[in-house]
Amino acid sequence: MGLLDYLKKIEPDKKKSPFLHTLFDGFFTFAYAPNSVTKGGVHIRDGMDLKRTMIHVVIALQLCYLFGSYNIGHQHYSALGMYPSFMSGFHLKLFYGLIKIIPIFIVANVVGLGIEFVYAAKKGHAIEEGFLVSGALIPLIMPPDIPLWILAMSIFFAVIIGKEAFGGTGMNILNIALLSRVFIFFAYPTYISGDEVWISGIEKSDLGYVASENGWAFGIFDWIFNSFGWETFGAGGQAVVDGYTGATPLGLAAKGGWEAVLNHYTPSQMWWGAIPGSIGEMPKLFIIIGALILILTRIASWRIMVSMCIGAVVCSLMLNAWGATPFMEVPWYYQFYMGSFFFAMAFMATDPVTAASTQTGKWFYGFLIGFVGMIIRVLNPAYPEGWMLAILFMNVFAPLIDHYVLEANVSRRAKRRKLSSLDTVQSEVTQTEVVH
Amino acid sequence: MNNKIAKFGAVFTFLIVSSNLFAQSSGSGSSNIVFYALLLIAALLILGAVAMIGDSMINIKAKELGIKDASENLSIFPTTQELFGQKAEGPAANKKVHFLKKGFDIKLEGEADYSVDENHKVTTFAVQPKNFIGMSPIPKVIVEEGQEVKAGDHIFFDKKNPDVIYAAPVSGEVVGIKRGEKRSISEIVILADKEIKYRKMESFDISNSSREELVTYMLDSGVWPHIRQRPYDIVADHKVVPKSIFISTFDTAPLAPDLDIVIAGREDEFQMGLDILNKLTIGKVHLGINARDNDPSPAYTGAEGVEIHYFHGPHPAGNVGVQIHHVDPINSGEKVWTLGVQDVCTIGALFLEGIYDAERVVVLAGAELSNPRYVTTFLGANLGDLVKDSIENDNVRIISGDVLSGKQKTVEGFLNFFDDQLTVIEEGNKYEAFGWLLPSSPRPSLSPTFLSNLIGTSYTANTNTHGEKRAFVVTGQYEQVLPMDIYPQHIMKSILINDFERMEGLGILELSEEDVALCEFACTSKQPLQELLREGLDLMRDQE
Repeated sequence: MGLLDYLKKIEPDKKKSPFLHTLFDGFFTFAYAPNSVTKGGVHIRDGMDLKRTMIHVVIALQLCYLFGSYNIGHQHYSALGMYPSFMSGFHLKLFYGLIKIIPIFIVANVVGLGIEFVYAAKKGHAIEEGFLVSGALIPLIMPPDIPLWILAMSIFFAVIIGKEAFGGTGMNILNIALLSRVFIFFAYPTYISGDEVWISGIEKSDLGYVASENGWAFGIFDWIFNSFGWETFGAGGQAVVDGYTGATPLGLAAKGGWEAVLNHYTPSQMWWGAIPGSIGEMPKLFIIIGALILILTRIASWRIMVSMCIGAVVCSLMLNAWGATPFMEVPWYYQFYMGSFFFAMAFMATDPVTAASTQTGKWFYGFLIGFVGMIIRVLNPAYPEGWMLAILFMNVFAPLIDHYVLEANVSRRAKRRKLSSLDTVQSEVTQTEVVH
Repeated sequence: MNNKIAKFGAVFTFLIVSSNLFAQSSGSGSSNIVFYALLLIAALLILGAVAMIGDSMINIKAKELGIKDASENLSIFPTTQELFGQKAEGPAANKKVHFLKKGFDIKLEGEADYSVDENHKVTTFAVQPKNFIGMSPIPKVIVEEGQEVKAGDHIFFDKKNPDVIYAAPVSGEVVGIKRGEKRSISEIVILADKEIKYRKMESFDISNSSREELVTYMLDSGVWPHIRQRPYDIVADHKVVPKSIFISTFDTAPLAPDLDIVIAGREDEFQMGLDILNKLTIGKVHLGINARDNDPSPAYTGAEGVEIHYFHGPHPAGNVGVQIHHVDPINSGEKVWTLGVQDVCTIGALFLEGIYDAERVVVLAGAELSNPRYVTTFLGANLGDLVKDSIENDNVRIISGDVLSGKQKTVEGFLNFFDDQLTVIEEGNKYEAFGWLLPSSPRPSLSPTFLSNLIGTSYTANTNTHGEKRAFVVTGQYEQVLPMDIYPQHIMKSILINDFERMEGLGILELSEEDVALCEFACTSKQPLQELLREGLDLMRDQE
């Protein structure tokens, strides 16, 4: 164990440099499971810990990362009218996406984990793993062209106000990933709503020209691709294909119902996810695979997922029956093809800290998210998608749901006591007979 | 009952009237069929109603006459459990069985052979005042060092509660009164005689004595501390008449003793003990029997004067707290007494032979023992003597009790008063590279993320915490292993904020450490739940 000895030797002193010690501890416990043994209480512990729990969520997200990166490039080239089939221009699309997503991932994790480290050192406890998942989720729910400074600010806000102010991991009321997104949604709405932001490289001010930021990166890759004799990124500044709007299915449905959606996208395209949107929300099948991983490993609550589906179905059936606008008439099953329902269901609503904590409560919690989210999606003219707001809304109400579930438990117990005291009166009578 | 008849009457009248309407509205050909069909349904309904009423009346009568046993279904109608539920085998077949789904059996290596070693020599024994919850730290010790005592001689009592006498489990010389922190008394050690001498009590006339005389006799004999009282798991208060008494005849904890082996040869004592307990409660004496066991000891299945309940399920189905919850739950203000099987035998022996018989069959188990087996000894046996020549490895932990709720000891220590198990497992004080992600050895877990979990082998567990303490993050995990209508996580949170009303409302009084031990094992955040629960229970007890 040479490495272990070396690591132990360089361990910073806890008193002299608490920040360095916390940092060291964070990375050390990542590399080596600590040698601590049980004291008092149970003598053996389950092999599961929070690190292992969190890493499984990250594993479940990997397919979304893969697809999301590629799809950034695919959408970019679709806007240009180049490489229209999904697999053509593979290397260009993939590297275009990676150049976009890697800075987002790095910024999200550096800012978020940095704040975690500072607070852990300040409070003198170990680094908690909560941000491991938030840091993996946040890049997937952002538009590909989100300015990095806005991203950093939103995470700063979400982690400090949303989490550390409440006492750190496990204490937060609102979902951190969604809080960072909702911060941008209200503070910088033009960067995260509308038709233009979902396709990378289309300049916001006038739709029609595709810029090339990060020119140096493209330059390097062009040089490499050239040496292989492959196609290159080129100089950028090209015109967008005539009639291209970049509208998402939800934006189209809000204006013209399902017909309008079908004019631009096919259902199978939407199912596989080759449509514009937030980075990781589109590939329905891959998200469902991720959800299944979470259910089979019993890391996320299947109760919330199932009840959220039921809630969404019930609500869209009711809207179908009402049918006042074209959007309401979209068949209930096609509602699942659009937007980010599955991503919200699998990864956002199931966050155990912010969801209802009782098993019964989870049924209500999930159902209400599904129901309210569908109302926001279909009936609200301002917000094209409902899940973010619905989940945050229900995050706030989750403690109330739990309260009623627990009150029911308390009153069951109280009722039982009342019945039992009647019994006691009777048995006391028999007791006197027995004794004498 | 009248209500039922009225309902059927209403339905019947409705059918007749509506069929007439049908007959009037449509042509005569087809309406006849409809009419007769409805008439048939009505007739069936009436027949059914009569059968149900008769059935209920039989049941009521049976209850009044005391024929009906809670575990039997006298009704001609099967219960939903009988129709769709699992079926138990063995003696529990055709009986009402409490099927408990929640819970988890931790399978560990080092299970004991089914043979009892009767010649294992243990030289010193001790009574440890700290085994009794709520005992004052410095009880009044009656004996002195160097004094000879007989088994059953008084050795100490709690000054707050001087009526309850604690007696010597063996005869011999008092060789040490050991003190712990702040001069509290931790052990009173007795060097045992080769042949145990007993203090002979005069025989007790059971049929012609009052309950009070019985209690006084038991207090004097030294058997009283064997009775424990819920809530709080304290030594029973002799001024209280308990609502009922519960005895669990099986232990589902990891590597726990098979109580069928433990009871063998002591059936008479057990039955006698049950008879005595019956005189102490206004309610019933309840016996919990393992429905997974195809062949439980006839001492249990054939016990008389008690109500028998069958439980089928993984650990903690054998915990008496879980059984109480399903049979006759403790409400606030109520007291229930519980005893272990061998404690009942000790009480039985007092009335059969007039002695305080603290003989115990103890299981020695765990992967670190070279010859796990059962041994016959006495209460409070020295651990070093028990494990002599059978531990090869130095880096081990010796536990009095099971790995979930037992207490860590050294070879100088003694078996705790209520324990009939000694477990030896490996210490887990090693670093493990990426142990959280890629475990180097299989380990018990509830999580399906461990593939070894799916195969269902037994494990050589060690004492590593497998992670560090964190805030409560994962939810629903405790409920998954506690087959009670209780929200453990919320009770724990209410303890943390000292919310008495919440604690009581959510049922803290129904819990004891062993019940939440499995939750603590499963806890992803590595929270010390047993410690927390005891804090809460102490707070509640201070309020009384």
